[in-house]
Amino acid sequence: MNAVWASGLRKRYRKRTAVDGVSFSVARGEVLGLLGPNGAGKTTVIKMMLGLVRPDAGEVMLLGRPVGDPQARARVGYLPELFRYQPWLSAKEVLDLHVRLAGADVPEGERRDTLALVGLADRARDRVGGFSKGMQQRLGLAVALVARPEFVVLDEPTSALDPVGRADVRDILLSLKERGVAVLLNSHLIGEVERVCDRVVILDRGRVAASGTLAELLGGRELRLRLEKVTSEAEERLRRAGPVHRDGDLFTVVDLDVDVIPDLVADLVALGVRVHSVEPGRVSLEDRLLDILGSER
Amino acid sequence: MIVLTFAALTLREAARRKVLRALAVLTVVLLALSAWGFHTLVTKEFDGAQLTSGELRLIASQLLNLVMFGLSLIAALGTAFLAGPTVAGEVESGTALAILARPIRRSTVLTGKWLGLVAFGGGFIVLAGLAQFVIVYATTGYWPSDPVTGLALLAFQTAVLLTLGLLFSTLISPMASGVVAVGLFGATWIAGVVGGVGRGLGNDSVAAVGTVSQILLPTDGLWRSAMYAFQDPAALLGFGGPAVKGGFPFLSDTPITWAYLAWAVAWTALVLGLAALVLRRRDL
Repeated sequence: MNAVWASGLRKRYRKRTAVDGVSFSVARGEVLGLLGPNGAGKTTVIKMMLGLVRPDAGEVMLLGRPVGDPQARARVGYLPELFRYQPWLSAKEVLDLHVRLAGADVPEGERRDTLALVGLADRARDRVGGFSKGMQQRLGLAVALVARPEFVVLDEPTSALDPVGRADVRDILLSLKERGVAVLLNSHLIGEVERVCDRVVILDRGRVAASGTLAELLGGRELRLRLEKVTSEAEERLRRAGPVHRDGDLFTVVDLDVDVIPDLVADLVALGVRVHSVEPGRVSLEDRLLDILGSER
Repeated sequence: MIVLTFAALTLREAARRKVLRALAVLTVVLLALSAWGFHTLVTKEFDGAQLTSGELRLIASQLLNLVMFGLSLIAALGTAFLAGPTVAGEVESGTALAILARPIRRSTVLTGKWLGLVAFGGGFIVLAGLAQFVIVYATTGYWPSDPVTGLALLAFQTAVLLTLGLLFSTLISPMASGVVAVGLFGATWIAGVVGGVGRGLGNDSVAAVGTVSQILLPTDGLWRSAMYAFQDPAALLGFGGPAVKGGFPFLSDTPITWAYLAWAVAWTALVLGLAALVLRRRDL
């Protein structure tokens, strides 16, 4: 069963179409990354998925129930992009409130552990009003995680965090993945998405521009070689391994099978080419994203 | 009981807001001024003689109504400005996002907030009203004819206004919803005074202004019935004239009727229901 299944979501705000026919799903235990430029409709999609915004068309099933049923949200944890919690409550009271609202039975010790997980163990009794933005975002993360969710939605979870905080979030995401909790992650930090996500959906101007596993989106490997004395035969040999781009003495062979690299290097040496460096690599998600968004326009 | 969770949360929020401190200061100032005024009334000689007990009861009735109007105005201002931020403010700030993503209905949140605000407004009216009664009793020996009904009606008036404030709060910005609610409260009161003058003068079309406004927004109708419960009926009978027919803004000739009470209850339920409907359809 899917954690979320959304089909044909559409939303207009006055004359502007924010979301136009978006369909996607997140399987149980899967981490899905939602990428796209500002104004692509990512947050609107998330809000429609949680019943916070009414779609003009389309359907959402959340943990097996239609999203209109409040019980669909019983095992969902959500950190909004615009995170703010009752400033007159303490961090502990905010967590207690959310446990009660979720109807979950979470013992005191586990609530403390959740605060400790996000690095707020020693601020549990402090008022949220005195928290920095980063600390409020950490609290938001604890709120999203405290009621034993089966599906966690994180909308820009690291926007207010320092590099240490970002690394903490990455560890939390990996531990959720290990525990089989489904996650939907909207983030501008592509490195973060690339490291933790199983699949990625790229939105652009309210539509799905591309989607798939990282391997599907990024394609095969590439090989960067710094070469000297390249003859036409040597170039021909490179082309047999895969499409070649040349920039001075830097040759990039894309979409090649990594197993052919040793033979390719041996053949180039035999053809008299001087090989300075050989770097196998992968197309970065960032390059691929820019590529996809560029071809859309 | 999620409704009670939100009622308690709203009460806690209200208790921490600066509005509460402003309310407390205004109330203390009003009570102190009234204590001074009532004391002066009893001891001062008019035309070389102190007031007779009948005159004193009549004047005490009017002055008590005047001070209670002050208290009801403070309660109206306070709750309207508390009701405004409670929905609109939370939607604007983003606080509502995390809350409403929980497995709860929006109408549950709204009802809880409403209950909390009613408890707050009602509690204020009862406490401040009783303090005022004690002050009047200690200085003049006057005790209202039906204090329980009077305070209950005044608390109901506050509930009516905050329900309207809550409806506006689901539609417009926090500050605007408070301002519009208080503005309408004031306009209805003035329409009630105009209607009273119409009745005093026997002009039916002017009197209708008050009646229609009291139907549209029941705050003024409830306020006039509350005044009736505070004042001394015997003293009023001796006075007579247009003032008793409604021509004087701080005396009332209309006790509460069951029909009007039923209308006020229905009005409150309707407006709260409408607020729930608007909030349910609202994109966050």
